[in-house]
Amino acid sequence: MRANYFLGLIGALITLTLLFELMRRRRLREKYAVFWVVVAIATLVIAVFPETLTAAADLVGVQVPANLLFFGASMLLLGVSIHQSYELGRLEERTRTLAEEVGLLRLEVETHHTVAHPGHPALADDA
Amino acid sequence: MPPAGPWNPRVLAVVPAFNEEESVGRTVEELISVNPGVDVLVVDDGSGDRTAAVARRAGATVCQLPYNLGVGGAMRAGYRYALRHGYDVAVQVDADGQHDPTYLKALVDELDAADIVVGARFAGKGDYRARGPRRWAMRLLAFTLTRLAHHRMTDVTSGFRAANRRAIAVFADHYPAEYLGDTVESLVIAIRSGCTVRQVPVSMRIRAGGRASQTPAKAALYLVRAVVALGLALVRSYPSTMENLGEEDL
Repeated sequence: MRANYFLGLIGALITLTLLFELMRRRRLREKYAVFWVVVAIATLVIAVFPETLTAAADLVGVQVPANLLFFGASMLLLGVSIHQSYELGRLEERTRTLAEEVGLLRLEVETHHTVAHPGHPALADDA
Repeated sequence: MPPAGPWNPRVLAVVPAFNEEESVGRTVEELISVNPGVDVLVVDDGSGDRTAAVARRAGATVCQLPYNLGVGGAMRAGYRYALRHGYDVAVQVDADGQHDPTYLKALVDELDAADIVVGARFAGKGDYRARGPRRWAMRLLAFTLTRLAHHRMTDVTSGFRAANRRAIAVFADHYPAEYLGDTVESLVIAIRSGCTVRQVPVSMRIRAGGRASQTPAKAALYLVRAVVALGLALVRSYPSTMENLGEEDL
């Protein structure tokens, strides 16, 4: 019981410190940090008051409280992974659009450049 | 829709090219010599070789993408160019020389009757053959697209196709970059946006590069991916860009 208590406590505190430091350096945006802060605080609560976990396990009918914890944690991580895939897909779509626009703009610039400075070698044949 | 009288459309041939320095020059020269008056835009899809320089020397306008996006990305850039420069018709032509440029006029002429015209390989001309799972996949795609288009489609994965202004406007917004998206799904999108699709028979040449890597496993994988791509295309909500999905909700 003491090991659970300290492991949970240390884990939660390390997470919170890390999140605070990342946000302080502007490496982590608040909208993502909020989620992890909630997770860390929940871990903290379960570490300090293990009876909350036992009560929750009794409530849903899970015999070993740790199993409920593992199940909850893995579903949480699965959800986060799916969400990140979704975000990644959105970003790829945006960078794709940007890349297309950059290509078209580059063409426009080259066209005007050639008209304004015929024979100028700067942009014409660099491939 | 074409106006009455002789239709003299401004035509842009869009050639997506990725590391095609060997064949893109001849493709462009042939396009221009066979079809005088047609502008050629080569979209260099982040090539590492001299594709852009070769295409420029051959007389094409070259749009260089900063990195490789795949045919879907290259073509959407091409359709956007066509839209912004007021072309009446955009024709997609592969850079590897397998599309015979003498058929370009036939495709453009058929736009009288449809918004998109696909140059189909199996429709009587040429001798393109496929076997096994790959053949089943192609038949499934052809069957489904025929139903959707209300017009007999035999070769929906052909990259040789002409689009009028209406279809250009659709493709400038929605041209998927995913697998089979540039061929099959783009047709589904066009049909679902109200465009009409037809095909004309063309004969294909042997690819200049010649990469015919057909193992049964690859063919089976192709079938699975085709089914998935087609199924998704049919049930997706459009506009299909992921931009328009809801904000993060975890």
